[in-house]
Amino acid sequence: MNWFIHLFVLLPFIGFTLSLLVPKRNEYLLSWVSFTTVGIQLFAAIGFCFIWIFNNFQAINLKEFSILKSENYHFYIDIYFDRITLVFLLIGALLTFIITVYSRYYLHREGGYKRFFNVILFFYLGYNIVIFSGNLETLFIGWEILGVSSFLLIAFYRDRYLPVKNAVKVFSIYRIGDVGLILAMWLSHHLWHENISFQKLNNAVLVHDHLMQHSTIGFMIALLIFISAAAKSAQLPFSSWLPRAMEGPTPSSAIFYGSLSVHIGAFLLMRTYPFWENQTAFRVFVIIVGLSTSLVATFTARVQSTVKSQIAYSSIAQIGLIFIEIALGWELIALVHVAGNAFLRTYQLLVSPSIVSYKIREQFYNYIPKIKTIEDSWPKRLEYSLYILSLKEWNLDSLMYRKMWNPLKKLGSTWGFLTFKNVYIFFGLFFAIGVFFALNQKYISPKWSEYMPLLFAFFGLLLVVKAFTERNSVRLSWSLIITNHFAIALAISFNEHFSFWHFVWYLSGVIISGLVGYLCIQRLRNREEWVSLDQFYGHAYEHPKIALVFLLACLGVAGFPITPTFIGEDLIFSHIKENQIGLATFIALSIIINGLAAIRIYARIFLGPHVKTYHEVAKRSS
Amino acid sequence: MLKENSGSDLTATLEKLKHFLPAQAPLKDFIHHNTLHAFQHDHFLDGLNKAHEIFGYKVFLTIQEYRALFKEGKINPACLDLLLKEQKTDDTIFWRSLLISKKYPDEIQPRIGQLRSNWKSFFKIDLDSLVHPTLFRVIGSYLDQGISIWQFPTSENGFLDSIKELEKSSLVSFFRTSRVKEMLLKEDLSLEKLLKILVGQPSLFEHYLFDQQFAHPGWSGIVAVIDEHPNSLIDAKKITFEEFVIFEMLLEIDALDDYFGTIWSPLGLKLEVLPKDLFSAIELKESSEIKRLWQQAYEWTYYDEVLKGIQVNAENNASDHTATPHSFQALFCIDDRECSIRRYIELEDANCETFGTAGFFGVEFYFQPEHGKFYTKVCPAPVTPNYLIKEIENTNRQKTDFHFGKHSHGLLGGWLMTHTLGFWSALRLFFTVFKPAQSASSVTSFRHMDKHSILTIENFNGERSEDGLQIGYTVDEMTDRIENLLRSIGLTSNFAPLVYVVGHGSSSVNNTHYAGYDCGACSGRPGSVNARVLSFIGNHSVVREKLKERGIEIPTTTQFIGALHDTSRDEMVYFDLKILSDENFKAHQENKVKFKRALTQNAKERSRRFISINTRKKSESIHKKVKIRTVSLFEPRPELNHATNSLAIVGRRSFTENVFLDRRAFMNSYDYLKDPTGTYLLSILNAVAPVCGGINLEYYFSRVDNQKLGAGTKLPHNVMGLIGVANGIDGDLRTGLPSQMIEVHDPLRLMVIIEHFPSIVEEVIQRNPATFEWFKNEWVKLAVVNPETAEIFTYQNGEFKSFIPVTTEVTEISASELATEIAATHENLPVYLLKKSNV
Repeated sequence: MNWFIHLFVLLPFIGFTLSLLVPKRNEYLLSWVSFTTVGIQLFAAIGFCFIWIFNNFQAINLKEFSILKSENYHFYIDIYFDRITLVFLLIGALLTFIITVYSRYYLHREGGYKRFFNVILFFYLGYNIVIFSGNLETLFIGWEILGVSSFLLIAFYRDRYLPVKNAVKVFSIYRIGDVGLILAMWLSHHLWHENISFQKLNNAVLVHDHLMQHSTIGFMIALLIFISAAAKSAQLPFSSWLPRAMEGPTPSSAIFYGSLSVHIGAFLLMRTYPFWENQTAFRVFVIIVGLSTSLVATFTARVQSTVKSQIAYSSIAQIGLIFIEIALGWELIALVHVAGNAFLRTYQLLVSPSIVSYKIREQFYNYIPKIKTIEDSWPKRLEYSLYILSLKEWNLDSLMYRKMWNPLKKLGSTWGFLTFKNVYIFFGLFFAIGVFFALNQKYISPKWSEYMPLLFAFFGLLLVVKAFTERNSVRLSWSLIITNHFAIALAISFNEHFSFWHFVWYLSGVIISGLVGYLCIQRLRNREEWVSLDQFYGHAYEHPKIALVFLLACLGVAGFPITPTFIGEDLIFSHIKENQIGLATFIALSIIINGLAAIRIYARIFLGPHVKTYHEVAKRSS
Repeated sequence: MLKENSGSDLTATLEKLKHFLPAQAPLKDFIHHNTLHAFQHDHFLDGLNKAHEIFGYKVFLTIQEYRALFKEGKINPACLDLLLKEQKTDDTIFWRSLLISKKYPDEIQPRIGQLRSNWKSFFKIDLDSLVHPTLFRVIGSYLDQGISIWQFPTSENGFLDSIKELEKSSLVSFFRTSRVKEMLLKEDLSLEKLLKILVGQPSLFEHYLFDQQFAHPGWSGIVAVIDEHPNSLIDAKKITFEEFVIFEMLLEIDALDDYFGTIWSPLGLKLEVLPKDLFSAIELKESSEIKRLWQQAYEWTYYDEVLKGIQVNAENNASDHTATPHSFQALFCIDDRECSIRRYIELEDANCETFGTAGFFGVEFYFQPEHGKFYTKVCPAPVTPNYLIKEIENTNRQKTDFHFGKHSHGLLGGWLMTHTLGFWSALRLFFTVFKPAQSASSVTSFRHMDKHSILTIENFNGERSEDGLQIGYTVDEMTDRIENLLRSIGLTSNFAPLVYVVGHGSSSVNNTHYAGYDCGACSGRPGSVNARVLSFIGNHSVVREKLKERGIEIPTTTQFIGALHDTSRDEMVYFDLKILSDENFKAHQENKVKFKRALTQNAKERSRRFISINTRKKSESIHKKVKIRTVSLFEPRPELNHATNSLAIVGRRSFTENVFLDRRAFMNSYDYLKDPTGTYLLSILNAVAPVCGGINLEYYFSRVDNQKLGAGTKLPHNVMGLIGVANGIDGDLRTGLPSQMIEVHDPLRLMVIIEHFPSIVEEVIQRNPATFEWFKNEWVKLAVVNPETAEIFTYQNGEFKSFIPVTTEVTEISASELATEIAATHENLPVYLLKKSNV
C-alpha cells in the first residue's frame, strides 16, 4: 500500500510537466490539466485517508534513493507520512482543486494564462514535497520550489513596477529563511553525523542523548529552523511581506498567502517538534515570538483600510497563536486551527471585491457616525502612538531596509572601482595566488592556514555584495556572482580535503548556468540598446524566451534544485566544522546574497514597466 | 526679474490641477464620464494630441493595430481614400504610403514628470518610493469608509488638523525628521513656503505641482472630488485638495532632510536645463497625424455603413405610415443594452410599439428605501432634484455574512471563528465553485426596492418637506412631467391598452464597479422606482384629466405598468399588477410570456460574446448559464455592459426599425413631426451628449490606454477604503474601466443620428453652449437624415454638409438568418437590413 504515497509527489510533477507542454492559447486544456491533476490527488488523498485510518494511523517512512553517498556524507530522498502530513495534504488538495476550477473562468483571456497554471502546479509540487518530506534535505527541495513559485506569482503582472518590487522584497525574506534551513542542516550533520530522518527524531531517547551532550548546538538548530518557519509564516520580524505579496490575481493570493504558503512555517515547526520538545527555553522563545506577533498583527489589522492587507494581518495574528499552540504541544488544536484559518482566509480573499457593495448597503441602512472602539478609552498619548505605529506596520518594512539592505549597499559602493573590464585582471591575479597556495599548502605557515578559508570566504562575500549593489554593468554583476562560487570553493579547499568530484558537484551547475546566463545577456545586448541595472527595463515584453532561459540560469547559479549545485551547496557545508561559525556565516551570507543578486538581475532587465513606450505602460505608482 | 508667485496664483494653479485630475467619484457612485473632460474646450483631435504630449496618454490604437484592421477589411479603403482626398489634397498618394508602410519609433515622452524626475537623475534620491507608501496609507486611512476597525482619529477641522492632533500627542511620528514636524505645528504653514523650500523658483511651481500630483493621479483625483462634493461619502470626511498637497510636500521635505540633512538646495536652483513648460505650444508629430487619419478612416468605415443602412431603410419606409392599433406599448431606457431586447419584443409581437428615453423617465427625485439612513439620487448626475420619494412597508432585510464582519479580524474572535466557522467557509468555497447561487455578497437590481412596498409618490398640498425636499409630487407637477416625457418621445395618441414603463438595472457579484452597470440616467442605480413612479402618474385619473386639457388624451382603458429589466440576468419583474383591470390583466399574462421569450432570445444574442458559452445550444439552457454568471464569484464578466457602443439614434422607431445595429446604439424616441421647432429635441440632446457621449468616451479612452486611462485588469484589484480599487496594498487608485469591461470594445466616437431637418438641428444644437461644445469640437459626431428626402448631412467643422455613403449595398437578412449569423461569431456584425417576415 505504501507505494501509493509516491503518487502524491509524482502526480503534481506529471501535471506540472504536462502543463508546460500545452500550447499557450489552449486555455481549456491548460486548466483541464491543472484541475484534473489536483482533482485526482484530492480523491486519492481522501481514499488514502480511510485506508490509513483503517491501519491505525501508523506513520510511514519510505527511504527513497540516494543521490550522493561518500564516507561521511549521504544525501538521500526520504518520504514520511503521518497525521500532520495528512491534514496538510487534505487542506492543500482541497483548496488547490477549488482554486484551479475557480481560476479557469476567472483568468479567461488574461495574458499569462499558461504561466499562471504552470506556476500553480509548480507551487503545488513544492508544497507536496515539503509535506511528504522525511528529512530536512528533501524538505529543502520543496522549500526552494515554494520560494521561486511565490516570486513568480507575486510578479505575475510583470509589466508593472510594484508587483516586481514586492516580489523581489518577498523573495529576499524567503531567502533568509532558506539559509536558516541550510545552516540548520549543517549543524545537524555535526550533531547526528548523518542526514537524520524525521522518523528518527520521534525516538525520544536518541534525541535526548544527543541533546544532553550538545545542548548549545541543539538550541542553535532549533533557532535556525525557527527563523525559516517565521520567515515563511510572516512572524516577527518578517511580517510585513505578507500583505505586500497580494499582487497577483486574487485567487492566487487567496491560496498562497491566505492559506497554503503561509502555514508552511507552522508545518515545519510541527514536523520538528520532537526535536525541540524538551528544550524548554526554546519553547518559551517560540511562545514569546508567537504572542508578540499576534498582538502586533492584530493592532495592525485593526487600522488597515484595504481589504486584502486587513485579511493578511488577521491571518498573521492567528498563525502567531498557532505557533503558541505548537509550542505548548497542542498539536491537534494547532492542526484544526491551521485548517480553519486557511479556509476562512481563502474564502475572505475570494469574496473581497464584494465588500464594497456589502458594506455600502450595510451602512446605508445602519450607519452610526462615529464608532467607539476600545482604544478610545485609553489615554490620548497611548492611543495616538499606537495608532501611528500600527499604521506604519510597526516599522517592520523599513526595518528590513535600514538594518539589512542599506549597510549592504554601503559596503558594495566601496568597490566602485571595479568594471567589467578590470574585474578579470584583478581577480584573476587573486585567484591565481589562491589556487597556488591551495595546491601547495606546505608554503603556508600553520598559523595562517587556519585563517585562509575565512579570508577567501570573506573575499567571496565582498564579491557578491558588489554584485548585488552594482548599478550599471549587467555583465560585471553576473561575473561576480559566478566568481563568488569559485571563491567559496577555494575557501573550502583550504579547510579540508575536498575531492575533485565534490568540486564537480558544486561547480558544474554554476559553470553551465553561468555560461547560459552570460549568453542570454549577450544576446539581449545585441538586440537592445538599454541593458543596465539602474532601473527596471521590462525586456520580457519583447523577449519572453530569453527571459525564461535567463531565469533558469539564475536559478542554476542560486543553487536551485535543478542542477547538482544544489547538492554541492550542502556538500560545501559538510566540510565546515561545527566550531567554524564565522566561516559558516560568511558562506551562508554569500549564498543568500548570491541568489538575491541573480534574481535582482533578472528582475531589473526583464521585469517591470517596459522601457519602450510605444504600447500601454502603467504608471509606476499603480 | 521673475514675478513672485503670490498665494492667489497658487490657488488658481490648484484649481487648474484639479480640473485635469481624474474626476471619478467613489465606487458607490461610479458614473461614466469623459475621461479627458479637461480637454473638451479643444477640438477632439487637438485635445487628444495635447493629452498625449503633455500627460503621455495613449489616445489612439497603435499604428500596427490600425494596419491590421485595414488588412482584415475592418477599415474600408474607399473611406480612407475619401478622407485623404478631403484632408490631404496636396499629396494623397504620399500620405497613403506613409499610412500603409512607414515605420515610426513612436515612443511616448510626455512633458509631465520631467521636472520632478530630476530628484532621481540629479540628486540620486527616489522620492516616490520614500513618500508614496506613507502618503497613500495616511490618506487611505483618513478617507476610509468602513474597512478599518480602528478608524483614523479625525478632527472636525479637517485633514491637516487631524494630522497635527496626532503628531502633537503621539510618541511616534509619520515623519522621519524633526524640521517638518515643527513646520506642521506652526501657524504659518503654507503651500508657498513649502514650494520655496522644495523648488525655489516660482516659475516652476506649477510644473512641479503637476508632476507631483500626476505621479499618483488616482489618490489626488479622489481627494479633489471629495473636496468638491463632500456628500459623495456616506461617512463624511473633511479635506481640501490643498491640505493633501501640503501633506505630500511635508513628506517630501522630510525624506530629503533624512537623506541630505537639513541643508540642501531647492530643485529649481540646481537645474541647468529647464524642462519645457507643460502647457506651451505643441506641434503635431507625423506619427500622431498618421494615427489621426487611421482613426478617422476607422470611424467612417463604420459610420458609412450605418448611414447607408438608415438611408435605405428610410427610402423603403417612405410610404409606410399605417396606424394600426397597438397590442401594447413599452418604454425602455435609451441604454444601448436595451437595443436588442426591443428588437426581440417586436419580433414576438409585430403589433406592439416600443420607445426609448432616458431611463429616469423624466421624474427626478431622491429615493429613500425603508430603514435607509440616506437619500439616493435617482436621476442624471447633473440634476439636483427637489423631491423625495420614500418607500414604506418593505419586508426585505439584508442578509448578513460573517466573512465581512469585524470579528474574524480580532485576536480571540478570530481564534474562535477559525476553529468553527472556518470549516463553514470550506463548504461555502466548495459551493461557490460548483453550485453558484445568490448570496449576501451579490448585488441584485431587484433589491433596490421591494416589489411589494408602497411609495409616497403623491403630495396633496405641497408641504411635508424633509431636509428641504418635498415628499412626492403634486398633481400639477406630475402632469408636467408626464406631458414632457410623452411629447418628447412622440407618444401623444394611439395609446395601447397597456403601456409598460421598463427601467433597468444589473446583477453581479464580486464586482467593485457595480454602480457602472446600473442605469446611468439614474445616477448608477436601477430604474425600478422611476418606472413605478411614472406608471403611477400615468394611471392617475386627475393627471389624465389635466393632460386632456393640454391635448393628450389617454383612454380610460389604458393602464401603465412599471417594470424592471435586469440586463445581466435578462429577467423582468412587474410592479403594482393589482390595479390592472381584468381584461388588461389577461392581456398582461399573455405579454409576459412574450417578454419571457424575448428575454431568452436576448440572453442568447448576448451570449455570443461570451466564449465560455456555446451560442449554438438551446436558448433556455443558454439563458440559465447567463443567469449563473451573475452569481458566480469567479466570473469577471457578468455582462459586457456598454462595450461596443457607438451610436445614438434620435428619431421614430420606423427610422431604424429594420436596421440591425448589433446592440451598439443608444436609442431615444423622437417624432420630428410633433416637434417642428425642436424644443424637445434640445432637451433630448442636452442629455444624450453628456450621458451617452460620456459613456462612449470613457470606453474609448479605457480601451486605447487601459493602463493610464483605464483601471487595468481587475483580477488583482484590492478594495481601498470602499472608495476605490488599487493593485496590491500600496498602489495608487485605479480610475477608468477595468480591461474586462472594454476588451471587446472598438474605440469609435459616438455618432448621434437625428431624424429631422438639418436647418432645425443646426439651430437647436447652438441653443445650449454646453451641449454645443460636444458637437462643435466633435467629441461626439453628428449626422442628420432629412425625413422627407432621406438625404444625409454630417456635421463637420461647424456646418452640415451633404454626405453620400461609399457603401453601395446593405445585405438584407431574415430573422432566422440573423439568428444563425449571431451564433456564428464573437465579432461585431455588419449592418443588416431586416426583412419583415409578415410583409
